[in-house]
Amino acid sequence: MTQQGVQQFRLPDVGEGLVEAEILSWNVRPGDEITVNQIICEIETVKAVVELPSPFAGTVREVLVEAGTTVDVGTPIISVDTGGGGPEPAAEEEAEDEGRQPVLVGYGAKAGATRRRPRRRPGAAPDGPGGAAPNGAAGPRATPAEAAAAPPPRPASGGPAGRPTVLAKPPVRKLAKDLGVDLHTVTPTGPGGTVTREDVQRRHGAAAEPSAAAAPEAAPVPAAAPDRAAREERIPIRGVRKHTAAAMVGSAFTAPHVTEFLQVDVTKTMKAVRRLRERPEFAGLKVSPLLLVARALLTAIRRHPGINATWDEDAQEIVVKHYVNLGIAAATDRGLVVPNVKDADRLPLPDLARALQELAETARAGRTTPAAMAGGTITITNVGVFGVDSGTPILNPGEAAILAVGQIRDMPWVHKGQLKVRKVTTLGLSFDHRLVDGELGSKALRDIGAWLTDPEATALAWG
Amino acid sequence: MSITTAQEEPELIQLLTPDGELREHPDYPLDLTAAEKRGLYRDMVLVRRFDSEAVSLQRHGELGLWASLLGQEAAQVGSGRALGADDMAFPSYREHGVAWCRGVAPKSLLALFRGVTNGGWSPDEHGFHLYTIVIGAQTLHATGYAMGVQRDGAVGDGGSAVISYFGDGATSQGDTNEAFNFAAVNNAPVVFFCQNNQWAISESNDRQTRVPLYRRASGFGFPGLRVDGNDVFASLAVTRAALQHAREGQGPTLIEAFTYRMGAHTTTDDPTRYRIAAELEEWKLKDPISRLRAHLAGTGEGDEEFFAAVDAEAERLGEQVRQECRSLPDPQPLDIFHEVYAEPHAHIDRQRAEFADYLASFEGAGAEGGR
Repeated sequence: MTQQGVQQFRLPDVGEGLVEAEILSWNVRPGDEITVNQIICEIETVKAVVELPSPFAGTVREVLVEAGTTVDVGTPIISVDTGGGGPEPAAEEEAEDEGRQPVLVGYGAKAGATRRRPRRRPGAAPDGPGGAAPNGAAGPRATPAEAAAAPPPRPASGGPAGRPTVLAKPPVRKLAKDLGVDLHTVTPTGPGGTVTREDVQRRHGAAAEPSAAAAPEAAPVPAAAPDRAAREERIPIRGVRKHTAAAMVGSAFTAPHVTEFLQVDVTKTMKAVRRLRERPEFAGLKVSPLLLVARALLTAIRRHPGINATWDEDAQEIVVKHYVNLGIAAATDRGLVVPNVKDADRLPLPDLARALQELAETARAGRTTPAAMAGGTITITNVGVFGVDSGTPILNPGEAAILAVGQIRDMPWVHKGQLKVRKVTTLGLSFDHRLVDGELGSKALRDIGAWLTDPEATALAWG
Repeated sequence: MSITTAQEEPELIQLLTPDGELREHPDYPLDLTAAEKRGLYRDMVLVRRFDSEAVSLQRHGELGLWASLLGQEAAQVGSGRALGADDMAFPSYREHGVAWCRGVAPKSLLALFRGVTNGGWSPDEHGFHLYTIVIGAQTLHATGYAMGVQRDGAVGDGGSAVISYFGDGATSQGDTNEAFNFAAVNNAPVVFFCQNNQWAISESNDRQTRVPLYRRASGFGFPGLRVDGNDVFASLAVTRAALQHAREGQGPTLIEAFTYRMGAHTTTDDPTRYRIAAELEEWKLKDPISRLRAHLAGTGEGDEEFFAAVDAEAERLGEQVRQECRSLPDPQPLDIFHEVYAEPHAHIDRQRAEFADYLASFEGAGAEGGR
C-alpha cells in the first residue's frame, strides 16, 4: 500500500476521542510542493473547525478524500511523495507497521479498524470454561472451549452445544426474554453484527403473524423495497443541517409563535435607496432596500425595546437588551447561517451598510465564524430574494422577534385617493408570544411599515 | 447603613512597557547584563517555537492533546529563571516555559501528552514536580511540601523556597483556597504564582471573581501582587523578591501574573466560539517577545545577527522535537506492573505473571508479549 518515498497522512483525532471529521476544503492540489507544517486542509469536527498542518515535506501525490466528505479518524486523506526516504523516516516506518495505526492517539478507532491477532489453538489461555468471553459471532476468534468442542467454524444453528454467541446489549436481551424471542433466530442489523431492540421487535411481530410464524428468518422484505431505495437518495444529517434542525425544533416547540403581516408601499424607500447611492458617504458601498429595512427595524426597536428581548426560563426573567446584535439569515452552500452585526443600533448608516455587506460576503465564502453567529438579539430574513411575498419565519432561538421581508414588486395601490402602480412589499413579523403581546408586536410592525412608507418624514418625526 | 466594596484601580507592576521601554520600579530593582537579557529573549523564542511544534504534532496525530502556552512566555520564563537550584516548583499542565528553565527536555513533556509515560521526568532531579491535570490540586501539594521544607529547617539563611503554578480558573477551586489558608497559618515558604490568562477555558475573568485575584491574598493574611505577566523583567524581579521573602521565613506571597492565553485552551478547544477576535488583536500589541526584542534593538544589546541566530536555533529546535516525538518508544504492556509499588509486592507479581501468560497465549507472541 505504501510505496517507497510516498507517505500517507491519516486523519488524526484532533480532539479527545473524536471518531470522524468533515474535510471542508483543501489548500493543496496534486503536484504542489509542500513543507512540513504547511496548512493543507481545513476540517470540521463536532467540536471545532481546525486547520491541519502537513507532517511531511514533498510533492502532493494524491488528495484521497474530496472536500465535503466526512471520514473516520484513521482514514488516509492525502499522499505525499517525500522523495525516497527523505528527512522524515520515522513516520514512514510507522505507516508500514501493519496492524497498528500510529496516528490514532485518541479513542476514536472503530472496532473494524483494529485487527485481533489469533489466539494459539490449544487451551493454554486461562479463559473461563464457559463462553463468557465477549466473543464476536462473526469474528475470527473462538474461545478455547468452543474451538475444542466444535471444530467446524460455524455449527448448525439450533444445536444448543455449539451455538454461536449472539451480540446484544443487556436491555435488548431482557426485551427478547420478555417477549419470548430466541435471539438466535433474530437477524442482527446493528453495528458490528449486534441485535438491536428493533430487530427483536421485528422478529416478535413476525412471529405473531401465523403465516410467518414458521419461518425462522426475519420478516420478509417488501418486494418494492430495492426498487424504491434505488430511486431515493439518503443524505446524512450533519453539520449545519443538523444544527439548523435542532435550532428550529427547539425554537418552534419552546416559543409560541405568532406571525403578523403588513403590506407596505415602499416607493419612497426605493427612491431613498437611489439617492443614497449617489452620496459620497456610500461610495463603494452596496446600498440595498435591506439596509433601510434594517434601519426601520432598529428604529422600531428603539421605540419598542420589548421586542429585542429574550425569555430566560432558568432565571424566570425577561431580559430586555439595550443593544442590538442584528442577525441576517443567509443561505449559503453549507446551509442556513445567521451571522449578526454587533451593536447595529449604534452604527451610522454607512457603517451599517458596510457591516451588512461584509457579513454577506463572509457568509457566502463559508467563512462565518461561530463568534459571528453568537449573541444575536433579533433577526431579519430576506425571503424576497427568492421571489416570494412572505412567510412565517421561525425565531432564531433565544430571540423574541424575526422580520421576514418579501419581494418588492409593482402592485396596484390606492395612493392619495387614486389607483396607482406602486412599489409594494409584504412584511411578516413573528414574535415569541410569551413575552411579546399582540399589541406590542403590532405596534412594532406598524412602525416598521410607517418608516418604510416614508423614511424621511418618520426619521424627522421620531428623531 | 450601606455596604460597599472598595473599588480601587489595581496596581500593575511593570518594568518593561509594551513599546520596549525600561522603567525603574522603586520596590523591584533589576540589574541585568546584556547577556542575561539576551538569554531571556532566547528562552522565550525557543519555548514559543517548541510550543507551536507541539500544537502541530497534535494535528499530525502524534500527540493526544497539547495545552499551548502561547502568550504566557514572559510569565513562565521570568518566574522560572527566578528559581534557585534548591527551589521546588509544582506546575499545572501548561508550564512548558518553566519546565524549560528547570532543564526538563521538551521530549519529556511530549511523552506525557503522547500517552507513552505516566510522568516523564524526575521531579527531584529538576526541582520540577510532575504536571498536575486536576485543577488547583498542586497548590496543596506545594503547600505541604513547603511545610516539609520548614520542618526540615531549610528556611532562613541559605534556605529554599517552593513555588506553585496555577491559572485564574484554579482560584475558584476549594483546593487553592485551602492551600492559601494552610500556607498563611503555617507561614509556609511558598509562592503562589497565578497566571491570570483571562480565560478559564470559556469562562471569562469577570465570571470567576469580583475582586482582582491578587487581592484574595489579603483575606488570608499574606501579601498579594499583580505583575505584568507579559513583562519578563517584572515577572523575574517580583518572583525573585517573593521567593527570597519565603526563603527568609516570612511566609507566602500570591503573585498574579496578568497575561493572556493567545491560543486555544487546548488543542481540543475552539476559542472563536466564546471570545471576540478584537480581544486577541489587542493583546498582540502587548506580546512579551516583541517588547523585549524592541528593547534589545533599541538599546543595542541585541542586533539583527543575534535575532536571526535565535530564529535559526528555534527552527532547529522545532525539527529536533518533531523527530524526537516520532521516535519516542511505546511502553510495553507489562511496564505498568513496575510502576505501582516501589518495593516488590506479591499480589502485583502474581497479576504480572498472569498477564504475561495471557499475552503469550497469542500466536507469534514473543516472551515480553509484544504489543
